[in-house]
Amino acid sequence: MEFGYSSRPILKKISMELRPSEMLGVIGPNGSGKSTLIQCIDGLLKPKNGSILLDGTDIKGISRREMAKKVGYVPQTSSRSFFPSTVLDTVLMGRRPHLGWRSTGTDVKKAIKVLRLMGIEDLAMNDINQLSGGQQQKVLIARALAQEPSVLLLDEPTSNLDIKHQLEVVEIIREMVMERDISAIMAVHDLNLASKYTDRIIMMKEGNIVDQGTPSEVLTPENIRSVYGVVAEVINNNGGKPHIIPVKSLRRHKNSELNSGSSVTPQKRSATVIS
Amino acid sequence: MNSPEVEVSDEEIWNSYQKYVGRKAIFIVSSILILILAAGVAGSMGQAKITIWEAYAAFLVKFFPGLFTTSWLAETTVWNLRLPRIALGIVTGIGLGIAGCIMQGILKNPLASPYTLGISAGATFGASLAIIGGAGLVGGEYLIIGNAFIFSLMVSFIIIGFAARRGATPETMVLVGIAILYIFSAGTTLLQYFGEEQAVVQSVFWAVGSLDRASWSKVLISASVIALSIPLLIMKSWDLNLLASGDDSARSLGVNVNRIRIYTMTIISLMVSSIVCFTGTIGFIGLVAPHITRLVIGTDYRYLIPASGIVGAILVVGSDIISRNLIPPIIIPVGVITAFMGGPLFLYLIMKRRMGYF
Repeated sequence: MEFGYSSRPILKKISMELRPSEMLGVIGPNGSGKSTLIQCIDGLLKPKNGSILLDGTDIKGISRREMAKKVGYVPQTSSRSFFPSTVLDTVLMGRRPHLGWRSTGTDVKKAIKVLRLMGIEDLAMNDINQLSGGQQQKVLIARALAQEPSVLLLDEPTSNLDIKHQLEVVEIIREMVMERDISAIMAVHDLNLASKYTDRIIMMKEGNIVDQGTPSEVLTPENIRSVYGVVAEVINNNGGKPHIIPVKSLRRHKNSELNSGSSVTPQKRSATVIS
Repeated sequence: MNSPEVEVSDEEIWNSYQKYVGRKAIFIVSSILILILAAGVAGSMGQAKITIWEAYAAFLVKFFPGLFTTSWLAETTVWNLRLPRIALGIVTGIGLGIAGCIMQGILKNPLASPYTLGISAGATFGASLAIIGGAGLVGGEYLIIGNAFIFSLMVSFIIIGFAARRGATPETMVLVGIAILYIFSAGTTLLQYFGEEQAVVQSVFWAVGSLDRASWSKVLISASVIALSIPLLIMKSWDLNLLASGDDSARSLGVNVNRIRIYTMTIISLMVSSIVCFTGTIGFIGLVAPHITRLVIGTDYRYLIPASGIVGAILVVGSDIISRNLIPPIIIPVGVITAFMGGPLFLYLIMKRRMGYF
């Protein structure tokens, strides 16, 4: 599969698969095409060449609504709703592909169940814009789960979350994948989160997949050095999962003592709201 | 905030959600009651002395001749003189309120309204063209109305045309609307600069929104367009709800984002054009009514669309009452009153309560 905006190619010759009940991590530096890949898989962007198959059907032939019943997408962009909206109403939107004009009592009950699952049921009637980043992220995941999808796509679900929320969010996704028999693709910056919680990892650089396989196959010092330009040590801990300790960046600067080029720094984004 | 010690049962959430939904229904019902009251007050006002109750009786006697008694004077005054004006006010308020509420939603801009996007400016230009350019010769009023209708619709279709282009964002549509507002305002000014004095005065009078030109036939036209549009718009409530959470989210939840923008804009355009071609520019209703409504009942478009319409109707009918009583017997054009009332009201709302999106 290939994708590009007008003449500039973003994704080049991507070939990958997602297995049933699998949690797949997508890692790579900023601008390597992780988000684009995820949006292509959801059909939000149309690939130039090639195709994306969902259970053997090309997604070009699937309507947006049918797609929404099968694939849940948690976007990276600010979760701020433009006008105030309650948490429960937001999660109820996930039921939309399944409903007609009215939301039935069953849908409301399902939404409440998902909120409880995420542990945010006490926020049900709060305005989503008043919540913290971590809580908003959980609401969006809850909305995607309310879709009852078989595939969950998450675009950096842990960016701008504190460490507690990072772990909580990824653990919940992991549990969903195991218990509900769904598959998940998660773009993530934190290599250690990817290592700890995913079954397989795809490593991207400049629109190409440079390596894919289990965390210990992909997360090698050589790969990290060539893809991120970072010198890192990889040690094995808890259950054979590799643990990455960034040492220094390969940035050619004179003050080499400034070597705190950490790969776990969450990406900084600013949300612009036109008003 | 997220304290695990606080246990909330499903039932409690369910109940508070039902209460929350119930509050929206209560708001809509009480708004309708206020509107009926306002219509009664408006019906009781004028040269002939008629009380509110006589006005209601005169209205209802047409439908239930056996149940109500009324005088001939009250019946003719109410039905022939006052009701067309009240009805046009209600229809205008509903149309502008709903149009503003949906425009703000699909363009994700709290300042979007039929006025700020240049639709009224298009109507004014069309009317001025007819008045100054020689409508006095043939066609008369109908040429003015027709021209106003066509030009206001033209503005919408230019905006929609830009929206249909690849990569168009809501911001594009807002900016296009503002650009058109300036172009048509300049066009109107140019016409007035070269126009004959009397025609210029007439075109200025036309542009200031007013219910004075009300008649049953006009009400019928506007009302049928709106009656047809409202179900078509309310049907899309869920899509509009989803749009609020961002285009990407909406699309991944099954909404064809671009199609819904064009669909709703087209319906709104017809609705607004069928109003402003009769009334001229009645500002602020399309802007303020949705904001007031949103403050009370939140963003769910299933309730927000009808409620914004009713609030808009209350505002227009209420403003009309004021416009006739400020310096009687002079009737100040209602468009002036809505702007004078709407402006401070809007400032008050911004100061008093954080709307969450300002």
